[in-house]
Amino acid sequence: MTITLFLEQILNGLQFGVMLFLMASGLTLVFGVMGLINLAHGSLFMVGAFAAATISAWTGSFILALAAALAAAAIAGVFMEILVIRRLYGRDHLDQVLATFALILIFSEGTRWIFGSFPLYLDTPQWLSEPVSLPGGILYPSYRLAIIIIGLVIAAGLFVFISRTRLGIRIRAGENDREMIAALGVDISRLYTFVFALGAGLAGLAGALIGAIQSVQVGMGEPVLILAFVVIVIGGIGSIKGALIGSILVGLTDTLGRFLLPIAFGSFMESSSATLIGSAISSMAIYLLMAVILLVRPQGLFGSAS
Amino acid sequence: MKKSTRELIINLIALSGLLIVPLWAQVTDNPFTITLATKVAIFALAGVGLNIALGLGGLVSLGHAAFFGIGGYAVGILASHAQTYEPLMEWPFLIEGTKLMPIMWVVALVTSALAALVIGALSLRTSGIYFIMVTLAFGQMFYYFTISWPAYGGEDGLSIYVRNSFPGLNTLVPLQFFGICFVLLIICLFINWRIIHSTFGLALNAARQSQERVETVGLNPFRMRLIAFTISGAITGLAGALFADLNRFVSPAMFSWQTSGEILVFVILGGVSYLCGPLVGAAVFILLEHYLGGLSEYWHIYLGALLLVVVLFAKGGIIGALSGKGAAHG
Repeated sequence: MTITLFLEQILNGLQFGVMLFLMASGLTLVFGVMGLINLAHGSLFMVGAFAAATISAWTGSFILALAAALAAAAIAGVFMEILVIRRLYGRDHLDQVLATFALILIFSEGTRWIFGSFPLYLDTPQWLSEPVSLPGGILYPSYRLAIIIIGLVIAAGLFVFISRTRLGIRIRAGENDREMIAALGVDISRLYTFVFALGAGLAGLAGALIGAIQSVQVGMGEPVLILAFVVIVIGGIGSIKGALIGSILVGLTDTLGRFLLPIAFGSFMESSSATLIGSAISSMAIYLLMAVILLVRPQGLFGSAS
Repeated sequence: MKKSTRELIINLIALSGLLIVPLWAQVTDNPFTITLATKVAIFALAGVGLNIALGLGGLVSLGHAAFFGIGGYAVGILASHAQTYEPLMEWPFLIEGTKLMPIMWVVALVTSALAALVIGALSLRTSGIYFIMVTLAFGQMFYYFTISWPAYGGEDGLSIYVRNSFPGLNTLVPLQFFGICFVLLIICLFINWRIIHSTFGLALNAARQSQERVETVGLNPFRMRLIAFTISGAITGLAGALFADLNRFVSPAMFSWQTSGEILVFVILGGVSYLCGPLVGAAVFILLEHYLGGLSEYWHIYLGALLLVVVLFAKGGIIGALSGKGAAHG
């Protein structure tokens, strides 16, 4: 094991974590502000990826494709909120789970109906196809590096937005006391639609960025959604900071687990079975991490004890 | 007519319907319908399991696919060892594969109960929305583990070449296998009914409504919920074992989050916390799958729309609407 390979895996973990953050931040905002669990967040991820693949095939421009992903997912989010989600705010979590599960069925089958069952392909742009050399002699794919940078910029932007802007202050106020800010003259239902659309747009952007690494297909959103849930359980519900730390923790654990565990097992058993056992256990690594967090801090690292 | 009497009548109609349809199919020589009825009985059993946690304990578990899958793989693994005559383990004591259903059921019940005990002990440290996410995540953990563990088929799953046997019966005859599933469903419904009317069930129900009051009188809600979750997981595991024998095949799909969602849908469509809610829900689900699936490849769109309507406008599901009670509890 060389040190450059190890550093490369850390960057991969960071890239994975940053993508999870784009999903988890929307989920945690929606839960924090509206008290809603949204299983259909993964569908918005998928909508973004399909929009990007379609626009990229038409125009050949990756930037336009990203913009389309953001816009399509945000618009889908607005419709979703106005037509269905709005009726669920006062309901119990079981109703929210079922209604958003129904939305997954509708979105997934609808997408299959329009685009067919075969995966679409979204190419990484030409100008990000060459690897870049980083300090320390690491050659790293520039597209993945771009994802890390985009993700960190968005995370920073989100922090500034939530803590510094007027709208961000209203969102935080809505988290604390929705009756009070409604009484102060804030249009709470427009605020809710905005927060939901913001989360949807981030999910769509994540879908497009990941779609260029993997294939764009129906059902691509749900595995990421469940990982984002793990992130939120680890980070604590409603906390953007928790979502960021949790995402990077999960991203690193998963990537480094897959890389290091087979090597670790290989140090005391023969290599073929070490690879098998190591990879099987590393597929469970993040859930084991979640189990440990549940034992130590059930409310998550940055969650407030309730 | 009293609403609870009406519920009793609906239960009797649902159970006798499930019995009459395959008998009629036997007379008219239509084995496919018997297989559909068997599927209804098995899905209903999985739903009965979930309903103990959900209806009685108020625990919204999105991870019951884990138990369904463990039950299925218990059967698949035992059968595969019996097929190859290789023992599961020789040390410290010899465990061999088997083709006998009763032994497999016990193994399925015990292993899924153990898994439910561990998952429950961890998940029940949280509540509400966390609980949903944590159970979903643990379910997904088993899914990925079965995919990446190649000893028992990995992604491809395991085939059971000949349906396992039950002493005195020929399980290859569709009606006899249906009979086995039906009897097990009745037994578990009876267990469910006994739990509802036991002091344990009453306390559990009380803990769902007001945790503080139950704690004040000296009961331990965590322990009660853990017991309910364990029983719930075991029954769903038994359903998974039967499902493996029905298809003569197990695959990681049994562990997928969609399976958890579907088991939840059976319970909700029929009516949560109604004794026969899962049966009615599973029957409606299979009918929809059969008839809508014949009309359109994309029948899940209609299922989704129906589910949305039930959730938004018809609390209490089908039994709730028919018995005029609405939701069994608010």
